[in-house]
Amino acid sequence: MILHWVWLMPAIMAASFVAILAFGKRMPRKGSEIGIFAVGLCFVIAVLSAGTWINHVNDAHHAAAPHDQVIQEPTASAEAEAKVEPITTEVTWFEMGGQKFTVGTLVDGLSVMMFLVVSIISLLVHIYSTDYVGGDRRYTHYFAFLSLFTASMLMLVMSRNTVQFITSWELVGLCSFALIGHWWEEKPNSDAALKAFLTNRVGDVGLMVGMITLFWATGSFDILTINQMANAGDVTHLLLMVAACCLTAAVMSKSGQFILHTWLPDAMAGPTPVSALIHAATMVVAGIFMVARLYSVFFHGLSIGDGNLNLLAIIGGVTVLGGASLAFVQNDIKKVLAYSTVSQLGYMVMALGVGAWTAALFHLFTHAFFKAGLFLGSGSVAHSVHSFDMQKDMGGMKRFMPKTWATFMVCTGALIGIIPLAGFWSKDEILTGAHSLGSNDAYEVFLVVGVIGAFMTAAYMTRCVYLTFYGEPRGAAADPHHPPHESGPVIVYPLYICSFMAVVAGFANWPFGPDALKLRFEHYVQPVGDYFPAVGVLEFNWTIAIVSSLIGVTGIAIAYAYWFRGAFHGATERFRIARAGHTLLVNKYYFDHLYTGVIAAGTAGPIARAANWINQNVIDGVVNGAGIGSQKVAGFIYRHVDQQVVDGVVNGSGAGAEGSGQLLRRMQTGKVQQYGALLFGGAVLLAGILVFTL
Amino acid sequence: MLINEFLLLGAALFAIGVYGVLARRNGVMVLMSIELILNAVNINLVAFGALHNSVVGQVFALFVITVAAAEVGVGLAIVLLLYRNRASIDLDEVDAMRG
Amino acid sequence: MEDILKHWGPSVAIFAPLVGAALMMLIPKVEEELHKWVALLTSLIVFGVTIWIAFIFDYDHSGDLQFLVDHKWIEVINSKYIVGLDGISLPLLLLTVLVVPSVIIYSWNHFPEPHNPKAFLILTLILETGMVGTFLAQDLILFFVFFEIVLLPMYFMIGVWGGEQRMYAAIKFFLFTLFGSALMIVSFLALYFLAKDGAGNELHTFSMIELAKAHGAGIAHTTQLVVFGGMFIGFGIKVPMFPFHTWLPDAHTQAPTQGSVILAAVLLKLGTYGFVRVAIPILPEAAHSWAPYIALLAVIGIIYGALCCLAQTDMKRLIAFSSVAHMGFVMLGISTLTSFGINAAVMGMVAHGLITGMLFFIAGSVKERFHTLEIKRLGGLLLQAPRMGWIFGFCAMASLGLPGLAGFWGEFPAILSSYEPAAGLSEPLFRVYMVVAAIGTVFAAGYLLWLLQRIAFGVPQNEWEGHEFHDIELPEWLSWAPLLALIVVIGIFPNLVFHVTDPAVSSVLNGVNQLALGK
Repeated sequence: MILHWVWLMPAIMAASFVAILAFGKRMPRKGSEIGIFAVGLCFVIAVLSAGTWINHVNDAHHAAAPHDQVIQEPTASAEAEAKVEPITTEVTWFEMGGQKFTVGTLVDGLSVMMFLVVSIISLLVHIYSTDYVGGDRRYTHYFAFLSLFTASMLMLVMSRNTVQFITSWELVGLCSFALIGHWWEEKPNSDAALKAFLTNRVGDVGLMVGMITLFWATGSFDILTINQMANAGDVTHLLLMVAACCLTAAVMSKSGQFILHTWLPDAMAGPTPVSALIHAATMVVAGIFMVARLYSVFFHGLSIGDGNLNLLAIIGGVTVLGGASLAFVQNDIKKVLAYSTVSQLGYMVMALGVGAWTAALFHLFTHAFFKAGLFLGSGSVAHSVHSFDMQKDMGGMKRFMPKTWATFMVCTGALIGIIPLAGFWSKDEILTGAHSLGSNDAYEVFLVVGVIGAFMTAAYMTRCVYLTFYGEPRGAAADPHHPPHESGPVIVYPLYICSFMAVVAGFANWPFGPDALKLRFEHYVQPVGDYFPAVGVLEFNWTIAIVSSLIGVTGIAIAYAYWFRGAFHGATERFRIARAGHTLLVNKYYFDHLYTGVIAAGTAGPIARAANWINQNVIDGVVNGAGIGSQKVAGFIYRHVDQQVVDGVVNGSGAGAEGSGQLLRRMQTGKVQQYGALLFGGAVLLAGILVFTL
Repeated sequence: MLINEFLLLGAALFAIGVYGVLARRNGVMVLMSIELILNAVNINLVAFGALHNSVVGQVFALFVITVAAAEVGVGLAIVLLLYRNRASIDLDEVDAMRG
Repeated sequence: MEDILKHWGPSVAIFAPLVGAALMMLIPKVEEELHKWVALLTSLIVFGVTIWIAFIFDYDHSGDLQFLVDHKWIEVINSKYIVGLDGISLPLLLLTVLVVPSVIIYSWNHFPEPHNPKAFLILTLILETGMVGTFLAQDLILFFVFFEIVLLPMYFMIGVWGGEQRMYAAIKFFLFTLFGSALMIVSFLALYFLAKDGAGNELHTFSMIELAKAHGAGIAHTTQLVVFGGMFIGFGIKVPMFPFHTWLPDAHTQAPTQGSVILAAVLLKLGTYGFVRVAIPILPEAAHSWAPYIALLAVIGIIYGALCCLAQTDMKRLIAFSSVAHMGFVMLGISTLTSFGINAAVMGMVAHGLITGMLFFIAGSVKERFHTLEIKRLGGLLLQAPRMGWIFGFCAMASLGLPGLAGFWGEFPAILSSYEPAAGLSEPLFRVYMVVAAIGTVFAAGYLLWLLQRIAFGVPQNEWEGHEFHDIELPEWLSWAPLLALIVVIGIFPNLVFHVTDPAVSSVLNGVNQLALGK
């Protein structure tokens, strides 16, 4: 069965990495063809394994159904009972201290879903890159690292045990480092790469300590065993909590959650396709994946099952709002998208925190497509005007790049959550989860957070679209000698595919209709078995869907009015000079005024700027300060303690020995006869002693 | 047999030799003084050998003479080289080993 | 043939370099090519013999001493010529005999001033004898002799071929190590006089095998602590552990590249090897009492070494300080007195030998091209010599403990093991150490990547404009390729090392485990 052979995917990609490094430069297309071929193979395997997995799940359900019902569709009760065993393989990697360390594959719905996401996005990015970074001086290296990244990422999502998981987790970090710093000649790029790697290392401390705690708590590195034991209550709550909290630190760094998110916007220094692949669709969701994979640990360790307010949900919630508010004040189109990614990842973490497992993973799935589409679209625009600055060098791009515009609009719609695009379905599920799960409405606050987030998403994306595609061309876009032009087919077709997926991906978890159609994503992806906790069941909630949609539309409308129409631009000044009453009277749109002036402008202005300020000065300042501080301390210790005290003792004993040597050397005149005289004198003295004492 | 005379002769020769070794500046004279010391020993060896009616003393004396010959050979070579390098065999000037 | 090897293999490995050195003494100084070839051939013969030994080594019994030779040596003090190897010696032995030819090949066209290949290579070969002997000796006096033999060639290497302050560095190195050795030999003598077998009879032996069997029976606890203390200082200086480390940066900075490589790759391991082979099996009880303090110094070393790295302005000195941090992980692993920990330590030794050896090779090549190691003046190595820049990046990644490369397997199990140290050791204390050590990995990434950024990334300084720099040359490739390959191979198949060390580590821990059972 192909599910036993999924390890071929990382193996193929690793081979491709080696092959590109070895022969890439001699190939006609400089190694890109090797990478594309390899990813293509992986894509085929991923699709085949998805098909096989669906059959596997169906078989399990048929087997679980009572015999007399075999011909009929499995009933709901049978579905709930049927356990679908994950497909695993395992070989011993090494043995030490009486413990077997293994590598292997663990294939269940979650892994299969990730295979699809990773291989599709990776394939699109590979193809897109042939044009986007075409002619780059490190074209071959670029593709080599894309291959290595894909290999590590696939390895990560099929990890059977935690050691293997840590290994691939670090390897994706390495690839991220190498690709962010792809143009390392400029210092800001290598700074960004360093920042990404080091921030992730901070999280890795949590990862390592957390995984080690789990190992000693369960006596195993095996993810299934850890989950089973956590589920069965064989591990004390304290240990689970410690492990979960440590692992949360890793999630914060890898998945760009507050307060360790600062590297992610900086990581936009890398080539745009890399941002799409690594910093939007795949690597940054590794943290989400880890929580999903070890969900029993988090579920019990953080008492998600009891419906308590918990670390994960709070971090997610803060990130949703923090990320979104920051996106308002960015002029760099990629940074807008980066903060948007931060915010969307916050949704996923929040969903996991409230116990809406499927909602989080479903959002991961849809987000990968539309966010990759947005990034690739922004790259397409930037490719044409050679700048990422929306204020200075863009505007009116719709005229020049209609295809890019169309795909960008579709993906934006999906991100905002417009019916029936993908983002609507997944975001709605998260909101439903926050509403319906938890005891005593503990998670209701996250419903509010999610709705406000949706509102802000709508507004900042409208701003982004306005600045990029509408209005008058500025700067490079207005250059009469080099008018912007639509990108070539190699760039545009991946955009089409992404926006197509942004339309249809949401139907994967269609919440209505007969069993054969309803909630298929949940049915095939969410594990059923003793390694997965009993998460709550979500029902589609019309009220939430309608309210959140309306709020999203309101966000668009307000932002539209503000930027497109230029309405209320004076309002801010008038508020500031405390003439609100006058404005209210004159203006018929009293409520709109209120919303626009206070909420939109306030959010877009001081609050976002304050958030940005805190981000840049406080949070970033702490990071930088810690670096500078430790350097200062290091300098002090080195200069004063190491060089003077510790070293001084050593030098002192040396000097003492030398001093006594200086004293004794005076005896050495070099005159043989004097030595002889001393010798005889000594002999006489000894003879005298001998004679007179004996 | 009276041994005192021989011993006194040996002691006198030894004392002269020691004086020469320590006090003379001329390298050749120092070598000759060393010969005197060795011969003082030889006299003692032969004398005690005769006293104890043993041949060992004479055998040792022969050994010493042989070694002395070799020693003088080496010594003279050193003095010769010294002279060649410095045009002087004054031992006070040779203090290259001063610490 | 196999029988001959069984009896003579280890001895050949130890003394063949001396034969080569003796041969070279007979060849006039001007025949430089001949000297190089003789030295290389000698080291390759040693390498070949060792590979052969490794080939017929019985891996199913790697916990036992094999190739054991037991001859009378100094009968007065009942010291014997006992050599043999088990699973702990073997990887280190292989590392040593691999590094020496690498160094000789690397030297081919790059002899440091004042040149003189004859003397330099003879010293290298004598060094090899000392290092191989230390890893094979199973008698304390023999061990001590080889341990000390290493000192002199290294002293001359630093003192004659070193940098500007070479005399200072060489003397510091010599004095420091000799001080430790003095205490160590006192401890060895104390063992000779005090050790008793199970029945209470005095052993009067220097044989490490018998002493390890007795594991300190009949010696009063306080006496054991003092005796262990002597060995601790002797080995700890060589490692070097935190307060005894100051000789290392000076020695490394001043030593010629070849000296630095041997120093980092092998000499530092003599200390940690001493802990694993001598101190712990012979005095497990004292080791158990000392362990929390050793671990404390180890984690201080990890953080402190890293902080000092951040403050350095000289590339080679930075790499030298990184050794302090890395050996901290090794010592942390050892001090847990668990199978995980000591396996990790042996792996850490091998990995550190390969990786830091490579880093010093690169520093040497950088110095050779730019005539400076001042970090401020360097930059843009990836533009000036791209291949070297990539290899440097690779080694920096390996050094910071990237999984999939050798360094990780030294760090991760060491951290893993300190969660649950040997029975009787304070768990909360070691868990604190674990977290501190894990934080140390962040620092490691910090200083290494910062170094990488300043050396390899960016564009070259203006002063190098118009200079042409040649990339890696053939001798460099030849000497680096095996090390680089091993870093990857061991990283992907850590079993290559763990499979050999694991049973041997179990027998090292026999004493500790019996102690735990006794309690």
